[in-house]
Amino acid sequence: MKIHEYQGKDLLKASGVAVPRGIVARTAEEAAAAFEELGGELAVVKSQIHAGGRGKGRFAEEPEQPGVVLVRSADEAREHASRMIGNTLVTIQTGEEGKTVKTLFVEEGLDIARELYLGIVIDRETSSPVLITSTEGGMAIEEVAAETPEKIHNEPFDVVDGLTADQARTVGESLGLDGEAMENAIELFPALCRFFVDNDCSLTEINPLVVTGAGQLLCLDAKVSFDDNAMFRHESFDGLRDLDEEDPAEVRAGEAGLSYVNLDGDIGCLVNGAGLAMSTMDLIKLHGGEPANFLDVGGGANVEAVTEAFRIILDDSNVKAILVNIFGGIMKCDTIVEALLGAYENVGITVPLVVRLEGTNVELAREMLEGSDRDIISATDLTDAAQKVVATLGA
Amino acid sequence: MSILVNEQTKVLCQGITGRTGLFHSQQCREYGTPLVGGVTPGKGGTEIDGFPVFDSVAEAIEATGANTSMVFVPPRFCAAAITEAADAGIELIIAITEGVPVLDMVRVRQHIDGLDNCRLVGPNCPGVITPGVAKIGIMPGYIHSAGSVGLVSRSGTLTYEAAWQLGNVGLGQSTCVGIGGDPVNGTNFIDVLDLFQADSQTEAILMIGEIGGNAEEQAAAHIEANVTKPVAAFIAGATAPPGKRMGHAGAIISGGSGTAADKIAALQAAGVEVAESPADMGAALKRAIEKASE
Repeated sequence: MKIHEYQGKDLLKASGVAVPRGIVARTAEEAAAAFEELGGELAVVKSQIHAGGRGKGRFAEEPEQPGVVLVRSADEAREHASRMIGNTLVTIQTGEEGKTVKTLFVEEGLDIARELYLGIVIDRETSSPVLITSTEGGMAIEEVAAETPEKIHNEPFDVVDGLTADQARTVGESLGLDGEAMENAIELFPALCRFFVDNDCSLTEINPLVVTGAGQLLCLDAKVSFDDNAMFRHESFDGLRDLDEEDPAEVRAGEAGLSYVNLDGDIGCLVNGAGLAMSTMDLIKLHGGEPANFLDVGGGANVEAVTEAFRIILDDSNVKAILVNIFGGIMKCDTIVEALLGAYENVGITVPLVVRLEGTNVELAREMLEGSDRDIISATDLTDAAQKVVATLGA
Repeated sequence: MSILVNEQTKVLCQGITGRTGLFHSQQCREYGTPLVGGVTPGKGGTEIDGFPVFDSVAEAIEATGANTSMVFVPPRFCAAAITEAADAGIELIIAITEGVPVLDMVRVRQHIDGLDNCRLVGPNCPGVITPGVAKIGIMPGYIHSAGSVGLVSRSGTLTYEAAWQLGNVGLGQSTCVGIGGDPVNGTNFIDVLDLFQADSQTEAILMIGEIGGNAEEQAAAHIEANVTKPVAAFIAGATAPPGKRMGHAGAIISGGSGTAADKIAALQAAGVEVAESPADMGAALKRAIEKASE
């Protein structure tokens, strides 16, 4: 689960991490008032969306307006805010459709001496959390990794003991910190690592982490996301979820216990198992088609869940044909066919349907298909299935 | 021989009184797996469908001599169940449970890595089957036949598809190992590749990977340096969009790394026969075997 920058900073502040002073604004007036309240000569007005690249992003309705902007007066704050709130911010990460900005975060301006990068993730290779830092603050870490990997420092840390003071010092040295800044780093780095572990984060990214002229270290940005599997330990985070940031079909699928990802193609896929679902997409592409979605009904799905899966696929107006690919293990093939035949009644399947079944109860399921008078195209194996579903779109 | 699961295997099911745990315990028993009992704290001393139930793994081992555990414990208690089995002396723990928090697995791995003679497979995996000997997990038994192919995979149903295709080209399996789709797991490709390389029954290896992480790239380097048996592979997710989790917690392309193209290139460079289509997995292995015998 992803959260907004201002929510991440709230959580960071609560765990003793230094962040700039900031105020949430949901109207242009609130943005102006926030500028006054901060009381400085300079403030930053920042669009709150889950995607990155906001500073370089522009609004669809206001092509000159950036997603993050420096202001020097309450009037400026109001003017910019009025061009941002309710409008669609398009960044390198949002795709062309962009994201509607509902909330702004107005933050105090800082005397920035240096910008650093700091991120914490789980490293699969060492099966441990790792603190990643770089002197190249403000740049995407992937770019730094590709162009100047020597500027990145990786410091794996123990999940129980956290990052030690010695480790923090090593990291500080790799960033060229000294004096006051080094002292602050020895406090800040372990605190951020503890924050990552205590909150079951999958990512804590501070980009940039700034060093002020006075040697203070402050989190200028905060990208925080959590491990969905651990949310049972953090019920208070429920309120942080912003459903407007998520694809409605994906939310709906999640509620039904399905795993769904919307894609751009026109062949809907209904598959059991994540690996087989990915492979089915690959297979369609290989045979000249374009998958409309990834959909894993899972192993324990019942008729209701599979029916909902058909509904979600058919609600996508791009879908011109459907491929059902089931290798029954826990999932029984007859459950799928029962839901599939039911879907003609309850959902109304109006596009060609190709079905490939194998595994548990496949004979029974095939009899059910043959006994129905629906125009269902049967396939014997993966290649046959892909060729048949692509052929339905031909000519 | 086979790997991991053999004639000496004696299996416990942790979480046997749950609906899924019981169903699959019954299925395993039906297949012929020596499933000697189960563990559910608080239900010790009872029986369920003929399986004796114990309060703890230690008690179960003492009473049954079990050396392997199949874990169906719900996600939030799964790490504790794995740790309990490891501490009680279980040598092979196969965790089927999906949805275990990643940091729990980090702690479990740290604990198990400090023990001698304990291996964890999974979590979020279909399990391990040595056809004709024992199946420990949720895979349908009938698609497997005994033979000489070692199968290792991050996926569940895609593994069934692979085993089925192998059957269609007349190839049985020595052992099939599902290592699971989570970012942090107990056993990785390299561990299983080493076991297959050392196993006399295994003559060829089929490896099924997917997008996310770099386990396949590491496996490719390991194959080039250490594996002399023919290897074929398939990588799922060539069409997956970046930044989206594709069902499995570990299946995500992040920051441009973990793509199928990178993995396929690494495997091909290591001399592995890579199936272009998921329909071609069985045939690809056959090609790998033929090439090796030329």
